[in-house]
Amino acid sequence: MDLSYGPEYEAFRAEVQAFLKAHGDDAPRNPRMKAPEAIAWQQRLIEQGYAARTIPQQYGGFGAEPDILKSRIIAEEFARARVNAGLGGQGISMLVPTLLEMGTEAQREQFIRPTIEGRMIWCQGYSEPGAGSDLASLRTSAILDGDDWVINGQKIWTSTAREADWIFCLVRTEPDAPKHQGISFLLFEMDTPGIEVRPLVDMTGHANFNETFFTDVRVPKAQMVGTRGQGWQVANSILGNERESLGNPNATLARMHALMALMQQETVAGVPVSQDPVIVDRLMRLQGQIMAMGHNDLRVLSAKINGTNDALLARMIVKLEGTELRHELEGLAIDVMGALGIAYDDHPLLRDGGSWQSQYMYFLGLIIGGGTSQIQKNIISERGLGMPKEPKFPKGTLNASARGA
Amino acid sequence: MEFGLSEEQQLLGDSVQRFLQDQMPLEQVRAFADGTDTTVARRGWHGLAELGISALLLPEPAGGLGLSALDAVVVAQAFGANVTPGPFLGTGAIGALVLGAALPADDPLLAELASGQLIIGAGLEQACGPRDGTSVQASGATLRGRSLHVLHPKAHQFIVATDRGELHLVAADAKGLELVIGTTIDRTRPTCELRFDDTPSRRLSDDPALLARALDLGRIMLAADTVGAATAMLDMAVAYAKEREQFNRPIATFQAVKHMCAEMAAALEPCRAMVWYAAHALDALPAEAHLTALHTKAHISEVGTRIAKTATEVHGGMGFTDLLGLHYWFKRIGFNRQTLGTPTLLRTEAARLQGLVAR
Repeated sequence: MDLSYGPEYEAFRAEVQAFLKAHGDDAPRNPRMKAPEAIAWQQRLIEQGYAARTIPQQYGGFGAEPDILKSRIIAEEFARARVNAGLGGQGISMLVPTLLEMGTEAQREQFIRPTIEGRMIWCQGYSEPGAGSDLASLRTSAILDGDDWVINGQKIWTSTAREADWIFCLVRTEPDAPKHQGISFLLFEMDTPGIEVRPLVDMTGHANFNETFFTDVRVPKAQMVGTRGQGWQVANSILGNERESLGNPNATLARMHALMALMQQETVAGVPVSQDPVIVDRLMRLQGQIMAMGHNDLRVLSAKINGTNDALLARMIVKLEGTELRHELEGLAIDVMGALGIAYDDHPLLRDGGSWQSQYMYFLGLIIGGGTSQIQKNIISERGLGMPKEPKFPKGTLNASARGA
Repeated sequence: MEFGLSEEQQLLGDSVQRFLQDQMPLEQVRAFADGTDTTVARRGWHGLAELGISALLLPEPAGGLGLSALDAVVVAQAFGANVTPGPFLGTGAIGALVLGAALPADDPLLAELASGQLIIGAGLEQACGPRDGTSVQASGATLRGRSLHVLHPKAHQFIVATDRGELHLVAADAKGLELVIGTTIDRTRPTCELRFDDTPSRRLSDDPALLARALDLGRIMLAADTVGAATAMLDMAVAYAKEREQFNRPIATFQAVKHMCAEMAAALEPCRAMVWYAAHALDALPAEAHLTALHTKAHISEVGTRIAKTATEVHGGMGFTDLLGLHYWFKRIGFNRQTLGTPTLLRTEAARLQGLVAR
């Protein structure tokens, strides 16, 4: 057991702290996508090695060897200093790693630099109205016509579709192949004729997502990542990345501290809620769970650094436990506020900008999105505990009575 | 940076696990619980002493191995997994910590403890919310009052906490000491009430910090024991579900059953890291050790209770019978939950420590 990062890393931490002290004030706060100051700050961070750290220099990155501890230190110090840590989004977090893994040299040259610099915005076209948990049953079709794929169908949950320049999209190119082998991974521009984006208002009252419709959208043949029918494989490597980032225990810990502050401020008949033993017991239960998830995270980090595979189950449970825990924490804050807990948007007595209500709902969305809690439980029981899959019904064998009709 | 068990710690866990499987299998545990063989716990402890378990936490100058709380966690987990009777908690953990800190290194009791000959009982429950109106008071070198839920009734000496947080050592054959055994749910681990009537004692410590540390160590050991027991229950549930067939298929193919198992695994997995961290904090991170120990015992007790119930349900009617012996693990987890502070008591203490709720 050795929780110290060691002198080399503490020196690196000091370097990051010095940068933040000297230049932290230059960072833009909540800039719009593609705002010049956001792009300038991102370029500064890349030069310094604090963004796009492991992306090779030939594609515009910093070109460092992967080092989990250094990445962790950068994240910790930017969070502590509350300084904008650069750009995220599905292009940077999902597409770029995929292109590095499976893309052609020409694709890497064309897409990686503008994406990591924030000049090219992406959206993800995976889910469909009829293909959610059973994503591989997706039906958006692409048919080869001369040198173009012609795409027809509909995607849903396409966040940033309105702002995106490009989309990375799963389409069915081999309708006669088994469902996992008939999918391909295409890249195309969002201003291609035949694309319509409709905002999808969700329970928070905001349109965090969209529906995207394709009618005879023509995409040049070369804009495929991987080969025909390989799309499921290409997509699966990045879905793993997405899952791990949901339910981050450090973000939940920061929210718990905000909740403790809220409990000191809110009063019932003049007495702070922090003196209510029933509410405090609920908080303490959550603190215990958050502590456990924080220690679990340390174990996962250690396994990654030391290249051991004894924390597989510890990784597998993070999305399920982390999102459920965060939802419960946000819900406790609503109870702490009592009747004021239902205040929203422009209510004059709104607390903390209404973030407790909106996060409470948003995290219900995350419990469902990125693989529902029930899908996570299937994964844990099958891959983690070695339990068998549920028997499958061959296509078309479920009769009306079995469907409950 | 390395967060986890060392190779030596894994080997230690494996060797204790092997010993318990070979020497103290479920039939032996049953015989001890039934009262048909009352020597199981004592014989087992002597065997474990040969592996060094009785000397594990005792400082080296006192003839011990001077190992860490994390090493003890590994051992406690194996005991929980095998529902092992015996005096590890009171003797190997709390006894070694308190006597090692309070007695000079050449005190003969320490050598006896290290060799496994001396069994120490522990009566610290007085510091965890006294029940039934009990009180333990020291005047000079004598004790008056009652101490409940004292671990290891067959011990040679008992460590006893007073109302004021002092620690005393009382010999089992001291005059004015009455020992009353009360049947409890977990028959593998009997406890007793001690009644003191001007009972001569040896004053070990007036320092409340030593008592606090002994309590935290005890709580971490109980949490580790629960992690071991809950792991065994989950493993048994998964194995049973794969074997048991209903509606012409193994019940492990039903999502209802799979999801019960997944929920157990998802709740239990972070508990492993949590109990490692708590042990490490007790030795190396004094600023966070106490809060971590409180939450570790409280949280793991809650998870353990849920797993004890759910794993039994996965076994269906068989889980409810005595045939499989699953109830030994169920009761073990229940005993651990109630001992040295229930989850609510520990959370209240955690809240006070952070300035929440009135003192």
